[in-house]
Amino acid sequence: MSENRKLIKIATAGSVDDGKSTLIGRLLYDTKSLTTDKIEAIERSSKQRGYDYLDFSLATDGLVAEREQGITIDVAHIYFNTDKTNFIVADTPGHVEYTRNMVTGASTSQVAIILIDARKGVIEQTYRHFFISNLLRISHVVVAINKMDLVNYDEEVYLKIKADFDALVAKSDFTEDQITFIPVSALKGENIARQSEEMPWYVGNTLLDHLEVLEPADLQEHSVARFPVQYVIRPKTEAWHDFRGFSGMLYGGNLKVGDEVTLLPSMNTSTIKSIHYFDQEIQEAAPGSSIAITLDTEVDLSRGDMLVKSSSVPRSEKQLTATICQVNSKPLRVGGKYILQHGVNRVLAKVDQIESRIHTDFTGTETADQLKLNDIGRVHFRLSKPIHFDTYKENKANGSFILIEEGEYDTVSVGFIE
Amino acid sequence: MNNLLIPNPKEAESIHIIREVAAQFERPVLLFSGGKDSITLVRLAQKAFYPARIPFPLLHVDTGHNFPETIEFRDRLVEELGLELIVRNVQDSIDQGKVREERGRYSSRNSLQTTTLLDAIEEFKFDACIGGARRDEEKARAKERVFSVRDDFGQWDEKNQRPELFDMLNGKIHNGQNVRCFPISNWTELDVWEYIKTENIEIPSIYFAHEREVFLRDGMIWTANEHVFREAHEEVLVKMVRFRTVGDMTCTAAVFSEAVSLDDVVGEIRDSSISERGARIDDKRSEAAMEKRKKVGYF
Repeated sequence: MSENRKLIKIATAGSVDDGKSTLIGRLLYDTKSLTTDKIEAIERSSKQRGYDYLDFSLATDGLVAEREQGITIDVAHIYFNTDKTNFIVADTPGHVEYTRNMVTGASTSQVAIILIDARKGVIEQTYRHFFISNLLRISHVVVAINKMDLVNYDEEVYLKIKADFDALVAKSDFTEDQITFIPVSALKGENIARQSEEMPWYVGNTLLDHLEVLEPADLQEHSVARFPVQYVIRPKTEAWHDFRGFSGMLYGGNLKVGDEVTLLPSMNTSTIKSIHYFDQEIQEAAPGSSIAITLDTEVDLSRGDMLVKSSSVPRSEKQLTATICQVNSKPLRVGGKYILQHGVNRVLAKVDQIESRIHTDFTGTETADQLKLNDIGRVHFRLSKPIHFDTYKENKANGSFILIEEGEYDTVSVGFIE
Repeated sequence: MNNLLIPNPKEAESIHIIREVAAQFERPVLLFSGGKDSITLVRLAQKAFYPARIPFPLLHVDTGHNFPETIEFRDRLVEELGLELIVRNVQDSIDQGKVREERGRYSSRNSLQTTTLLDAIEEFKFDACIGGARRDEEKARAKERVFSVRDDFGQWDEKNQRPELFDMLNGKIHNGQNVRCFPISNWTELDVWEYIKTENIEIPSIYFAHEREVFLRDGMIWTANEHVFREAHEEVLVKMVRFRTVGDMTCTAAVFSEAVSLDDVVGEIRDSSISERGARIDDKRSEAAMEKRKKVGYF
């Protein structure tokens, strides 16, 4: 698969009114990712509705209910590619359940595109989008200032919005080089794939060119190796009689044959004997690899346990504090009991204290006795067994968890460990 | 020995998902159609558990109207890899009076498969069905989860899906529920073809250009044989065609093609201006066709 093509994952933030679906539709159209039958379907729908232009938003609005209401209501994944890059776009809607959806979409993305309507400028919703990008520690943010055609492609408008946004950046953990501003008109295709002649004052890359120069290696976090055991492979065949492979995905850093490792929770140590990727034995694996590892010694290690380099062992505790985003309509309450899933490991968790609800517009916190859908808050938990974690800042995969409620087993919260 | 493994991110994610299925469920099954997507799944499952065998069976819901090339291929693959194959027939569901054969010009057994599938799930108490559906196939699929919980009736409730955060998969269910699992959700059609080429995976011959008796209807190329309803005036022609998607004969249209090798096919897909499901007759029925089928348990 596309060995020579890199993969960039993007979350888009903005409401329908900001022209988000139009922007995505335009990207698809300009990269020739829309097939003839899809373009025909868009032409047909646009005509049926009496529009005098092609409504690209119809390329992404999926479900019947949404088409009827004219809004998107859930995270949709959209795929397109250029010769150099595969893109995955998590398109999240901008209405009531926005926080939940954007957190979900952004959790699998390296880049966020925040859309701003040039006529409206930085509004409360922009604060929220940027707050979530900051909370999830998105590697790179593109601020697309859209509908420039409706403000006569005026540079002053662009500069004003940029200055307002820079004031937000100052309140965040982002550095300036992580943020890029691009004035666009998605409807007209200005600065999307084509350099706009209407805005000669803008000398930066088009949106597509900008997305293409991003390097996955630069967007990846550099941390230490964490290897949660997902599944133990025991072939029990003649040829592989004694084989015990601990399989899983590697996060944060490399592991190689000969590394001295510590096993959690037992705290036993061993040495990596071999690393397997299908029928190949490899010397060293990079983060993101799905591999199987064998060890020098007979050890007791099963699903949910963790293998780490002995030189950098994570914290193992039964109490933790996390920023929680509530993603289900069932509220999080003090005393509530949940199944806490940390990677592939599950323990029971009890809410000890809800310390605060956090305003998503960078204006501080307030006290709260529960967290409702789309609320973000700081929460203290007590666990039935220790988990082996880093902070979310140190290692995203090993610093995040979900909470599963015990009735319908719905996923009700996502947590970022502090 | 290779020095450093730099992962292919989509493959690594799929292997991760397949291992989660094996770990989180008691009786998973891989839904195998003999098409390129389910063949790709088999390769990924091999990679997930090597050197052990794939720890779950394959289930083929046979409409009885499959291309013989697909069936022959299926049996060979199962034999070579030492897999367990379960076949359940739509014909049996018809004979038991559970579903009725469609009549007329667009008659197909495609939608009848759902009943046979749900019966098989119940018979074997499968709690997870691994499918080769991809989000890029169709608009309704774009919002599908990797783990998609279905109720006792196999129904999909698109308004009440579990959010999926990072790569943590929540497969907790109650008795009677089951989960459809889609490891290649994030792959595109081109990804699949490029993977088949890179990995040198064998696929049924009907994916390559061959001479076939066909007839034209509604701008699509239909297979001419006894399973496909044809009006007297619809003339049978012999053409060089291939299939881009392989389902039941009654719902899979061919495309004109000269592509005889994987290189040719990948080139053709790259330049193609018709979407894959554009050749699916079942989707042409209405714009919301897929969404409606999903709600009643189609995977």
